Amino acid sequence: MSDRDLVVLGVGMHPWGKWGRDFTEYGMVAARAALKDAGIEWKDVEYVAGADTIRNGYPGFIAGSTFAQKLGWTGASISSNYAACASGAHSLQAARASILAGFCDVAMVIGADTTPKGFFAPVGGERKTDPDWLRFHLLGATNPVYFAMFARRRMDLYGATSEDFAQVKVKNSRHGLGNPYARFRKENAIEDVLNSPIVSDPLRLLDICATSDGAAAMIVTSRAFAEKKLGSLKGVPRIRAVSTVTPTYPQTILELPDFATDSTAVVAPPVRGFKESLCWAAYEEAGMSPSDMNMAEVYDLSTALELDWYEHLGLCAPGEAEGLLRSGATTIGGRVPVNPSGGLSCFGEAIPAQAIAQVCELTWQLRGQAQGRQVEGAKAGITANQGLFGNGSSVIVSV
Amino acid sequence: MSVSAAGGVARVPAVEGWFTLDDEPHLIGCRCAACGTYVFPPRSGACPNPNCDSEDLVPTPLSRVGTVWSYTENQYAPPPPYRAAEPFEPYALAAVQLEEEGIIVLGQVPKGIMAADLKVGMPMQLETDVLYREVVDGVDTEFMVYVWAPAGPTAAKSIGGGS
Repeated sequence: MSDRDLVVLGVGMHPWGKWGRDFTEYGMVAARAALKDAGIEWKDVEYVAGADTIRNGYPGFIAGSTFAQKLGWTGASISSNYAACASGAHSLQAARASILAGFCDVAMVIGADTTPKGFFAPVGGERKTDPDWLRFHLLGATNPVYFAMFARRRMDLYGATSEDFAQVKVKNSRHGLGNPYARFRKENAIEDVLNSPIVSDPLRLLDICATSDGAAAMIVTSRAFAEKKLGSLKGVPRIRAVSTVTPTYPQTILELPDFATDSTAVVAPPVRGFKESLCWAAYEEAGMSPSDMNMAEVYDLSTALELDWYEHLGLCAPGEAEGLLRSGATTIGGRVPVNPSGGLSCFGEAIPAQAIAQVCELTWQLRGQAQGRQVEGAKAGITANQGLFGNGSSVIVSV
Repeated sequence: MSVSAAGGVARVPAVEGWFTLDDEPHLIGCRCAACGTYVFPPRSGACPNPNCDSEDLVPTPLSRVGTVWSYTENQYAPPPPYRAAEPFEPYALAAVQLEEEGIIVLGQVPKGIMAADLKVGMPMQLETDVLYREVVDGVDTEFMVYVWAPAGPTAAKSIGGGS
C-alpha cells in the first residue's frame, strides 16, 4: 500500500428521492450512517469537507460548517467546496490533501441536496454577462441540449441507434432494482424508453437523468489511523487516486454551458480531450490501467453519455462503445460492469452528493456488500464525473 | 428565412455586440492582437491561450459559413430566462464549426427547420431571427438573435475556399 493511499473507513447515504425537505436532514442521515459504518464518534472527526449546494440558500454555500454545526460544534476544521457536479470529489480531494499533508488523520466528506422540479435553470436575476444565464435566454440551451448533441454525434458518426441508447437504460434499470438507495427501482424495457416523449432530439425522457434529493457521506482516514484502529487493512477499500484536472487549451468539444469552443487557430488540440484527461490522470496517479478496472461508476446524465464514458475511460476505442454494450461486457456479470449501482439513471442527480455516492458504491462493491448488484470478486473500480465550467473528477478505489 | 420589418417595429439585438443585423449578418468575435487566436462570445481582457499574456482582444467579424458539428431539437419549452412563445413550437439548435477560426459556435436554427433536416458536416450560414417581441417604452420591438440556417450552394462552396 502506498503512503499516499487514503483508507475509506466508512460510507453512508440517505436514499435518493424527491421530497423537497431541508437538505441538511438528508445530510445528517448520511453523516450518521458513515460514522456508524466507520465505527467512530463524531468527536473523532478532525476535518469536515462539505460539498456545496447552490439552490438552498446560505447554508448550502457553507456546507462544511453547516454540517459541523448540525452535528454539534467540536472545533473541527472545515472546508466548503463548489465544483458543480464534481463538488463531492473536490471535497474528497480537500480532505485527502489535509490528511496527506499531515494536518489531520480523520475527515468526513459530505454532500446533500434538495432540487427543484423540471429542468435545471440558472440562478435567478437578469445577468447578461453570465454565460449560464445567457445560454437559456438567447438559445434555450438546457442541459439536455448539450447531452443531445453528444448523442447525435454518436448516431451520425458511429451509427448508434435509439435502441442502443435505450439499452443503456434497460441495463442500468436492472442494476438498480435491488439498490435500497436508488430512487427509481423499476425495470425498463427498450419499448418503455422508445415510447417516452422526445425531450431534446434524439434523447427521450427515459434517456435523461432526473434531478433528485439525496445525501452521501464518507469517513476517510490516514493509513496510520486505520491500521491502529483495524489492525490489518487487508480487504479495506483505499482511495488510490483522485483526479480533478481542468481542461487543457484549446478545449475543442462544445461543453455545458458554453456558446463556443476554444479556437484551434494557433494552438493544436491536446492529445486527450477534457473527459479523457480526467480519467487518465487518475490511472497515472494510481499506476493502473483500464484493464485493471473491474467496474466503473460513470456520470450517465444521459444514456448516450454513458457510452461516451466507455471510450473516455479507455474501456474501448472511440466508436466501439455500442459494440461493448451489446457484448454484455458492461452488464453485471460481464468483464467490466458500468454503473452497477444503477447510475444516475436510477438515482437522478443530487449534485453535491453524486460524486461521493459514486465512491460509496465502489466501497460497498469492494467489500462485497452490494446486495443484489454485486460485481463478484471486484478488486478495483473507477468513477468518472463531469460538470459545468471545466469541473470534473475521477476516483480510483481498490482493495 | 424572412423577418418582417413592418413599419413602426423597432429591431434590436437581444444581446449587445455579438452579431450584426445587416443583410449579410455575421458574428462578432475577438481576435488576440498578439497570438492571433479567436474567442466567441466577444469579450475584453485576457487572451485564453495559456502561452500568451496579451490583454488585447480585438473585435472581429467571424466567418458567416461553417459546417454542422452537432444538432438537436427542443420538444419542450426551455425554462426562463428563455421567453418561450405560447403555444410552444419545437425548434432546432445547431453547433457549427468555423474552419478558419477553428471554433464551434452554438446557435438556434430558423423556425421550421428541424433536426430531421440537419446532418453532421452539413454547410450552414449565419442569419438572424426574432427571439421575442415586446413593447418597450411604447415601441413595438423585435429582439433579434443570430441563427444558423442551412447554406445555399454559393455559401456552401465558399466553405472549402476558406471564404
